[in-house]
Amino acid sequence: MYWQQENECMSRADLEQLQLERLQSTLYRVGTHVPFYRQKFREMKLDYDSFDSPADIRKLPFTMKQDLRDNYPYGMFAVPLREVVRIHSSSGTTGMATVVGYTRNDINNWSDLVARVLSAAGVTADDVIQIAFGYGLFTGGFGLHYGAERLGASVIPISSGNTKRQIQIMQDFKTTALVCTPSYALNIADVMMDMGINPRGLSLKFGLFGAEPWSEAMRREINEKLGIQSTDNYGLSEVMGPGVAGECQECNGLHINEDHFLAEVLNPETLEPVEPGEIGELVITTLTKEAFPVIRYRTRDLTRLLPEPCPCGRTFTRMHRILGRTDDMLIIKGVNVFPTQIESVLLGIDGTAPHYRIIVERENHQDKATVMVEVKESYFFDEMKKQGALIETIKSRLASELGIGVAVKLVEEKTLERFEGKGQRVIDKRKI
Amino acid sequence: MLKIRNLESGYGKIRAVKHVSMHVDAGEIVTIIGANGAGQTTLLATIAGLVKAQAGDIVFRGQNLRALAAEKIPALGCVMVPEGRQVFASMSVEENLILGAHVLQKQGRQVLEELLEHQYALFPVLRERKGQLAGTLSGGEQQMLAMGRALMSRPQMVMMDEPSTGLAPLIVREIFQIIVSLRDEGNTVLLVEQNAKAALAIADRGYVLETGKVILQGPAADLLTNQDVQRAYLGREKIDEA
Repeated sequence: MYWQQENECMSRADLEQLQLERLQSTLYRVGTHVPFYRQKFREMKLDYDSFDSPADIRKLPFTMKQDLRDNYPYGMFAVPLREVVRIHSSSGTTGMATVVGYTRNDINNWSDLVARVLSAAGVTADDVIQIAFGYGLFTGGFGLHYGAERLGASVIPISSGNTKRQIQIMQDFKTTALVCTPSYALNIADVMMDMGINPRGLSLKFGLFGAEPWSEAMRREINEKLGIQSTDNYGLSEVMGPGVAGECQECNGLHINEDHFLAEVLNPETLEPVEPGEIGELVITTLTKEAFPVIRYRTRDLTRLLPEPCPCGRTFTRMHRILGRTDDMLIIKGVNVFPTQIESVLLGIDGTAPHYRIIVERENHQDKATVMVEVKESYFFDEMKKQGALIETIKSRLASELGIGVAVKLVEEKTLERFEGKGQRVIDKRKI
Repeated sequence: MLKIRNLESGYGKIRAVKHVSMHVDAGEIVTIIGANGAGQTTLLATIAGLVKAQAGDIVFRGQNLRALAAEKIPALGCVMVPEGRQVFASMSVEENLILGAHVLQKQGRQVLEELLEHQYALFPVLRERKGQLAGTLSGGEQQMLAMGRALMSRPQMVMMDEPSTGLAPLIVREIFQIIVSLRDEGNTVLLVEQNAKAALAIADRGYVLETGKVILQGPAADLLTNQDVQRAYLGREKIDEA
């Protein structure tokens, strides 16, 4: 149930010492090798030699998503490219993607950290684990894959999609652990019902779900329907990918792998630490990453720390499941979508007016996004065929920009409500 | 076992150790590697109390060593095998060993005999030479004598400064094997070495010191594959990686 017990159960005093040592050498490396940080440190006249404890992290500058974009593709790397053995890209963002790299040691650590998350959830070398996360530039698939292999489990790298085949394989290969987004797990459960398969007749025992926010109610529903114990895990590609934090079988918050990541929870407005246990933005500093270290990365994810000790014996602090986002980014089907991305697509298409709504709902436990867009009068009164073609154009442009399919509805000009001041273009009907 | 935080040390106005934080857990071999003059010897000398720390903490088994005089430190279980052996050339091998047990002097003859026996088992060549003057030993034998002498005080942690200096490769291998067997017996070793490859091969963890600063630290296996370490200290570019 522990993967690296010496680390996972280390005393807080030993952990603090380790964090200090790792922070000091990380600061040295980014201050020397990453021009972005070198310049920031110089501007702020930071003497990172004067860091005496992990709490001194508050003197350091933040790293924003935009900083990563500005340094696209390799500007934030702390090692030459020839030392990088893997490149991933964030799961889909505005305009410019962000690129992250891993050295051989990074991949090694990543594998162990994911193996910790899997072990904490109850998975062992005896399990057959079906990874229904997308493989590719997205860190989810490969991250879980390497961790599961490190653990010694039998890995089925099925990737996402083709639900009936997922179920067929689950049945035939006697899958015991399912890895995917929580919404996809529910979808799988529903398709099973339709196919007349009783999930309780399968070998499935564990579900490890992540990559999108979900609720305790949803966990109960998944556990009930699939007859499994499901746990939450957290990660983001800018920091590493999955393996940053994961729930143990107490199912009461996610243990942050604090020997590799220094986590802060800050008030997103004042950027000061919140009171212990209060909700704030999660800010992460990597302590061991070689290729792509980040200092105080603002995740935009809202959570709170749960300082009480956990009965599982792990000494790493737990955080509450993600409560939301600080900005307006939407996570649809596990993919990050910014309204501005949709806007830029719509603006680039002839015939549409710059007025739109994005409606996100959950249908059969699957996210469904509909874009309503106003069409210029001249266009709208034309024949149906032309409208159909326009819808198809918008759909395919959105799909290629966002990486997910969305529905498109055309409406007459001036039918959407206009705003005074700040607009509210997103209607999120999901209840998370 | 040992926790060092933000240690500053040096000679006069020269800071040879700059804001170093490191730790050694019981039963580990921890190595400090770096080029000549990177500050490793000053670091060890500061732990041993021979050089006074300017700032920071050195906590050994719960006790801060900074306030202690050098001669008090071996009695706490922290001993050093100095660079260049520094055995007493005009004394016999056995006399040198017995000197190492001076912190245990009140424990009686039998304890001393057992300790001598233990060192002779670990270093059979010292038994053969026990009556010989230490100055007549070869370099490798003197190194073994210096190690045996340190172990005579039954230390909690042994610090070794450049044990491979000036020794033939075959002897170096033997010395390093003995260090491993010390660890396997439950000893804790802090090893300063310029022979980074050999040191990392036997160590559990390592710290890379450059101009007095820790620039890298981590499991020895990770440091061995780290390309900065390879370029700077292992003397090769790793192009033959399969």
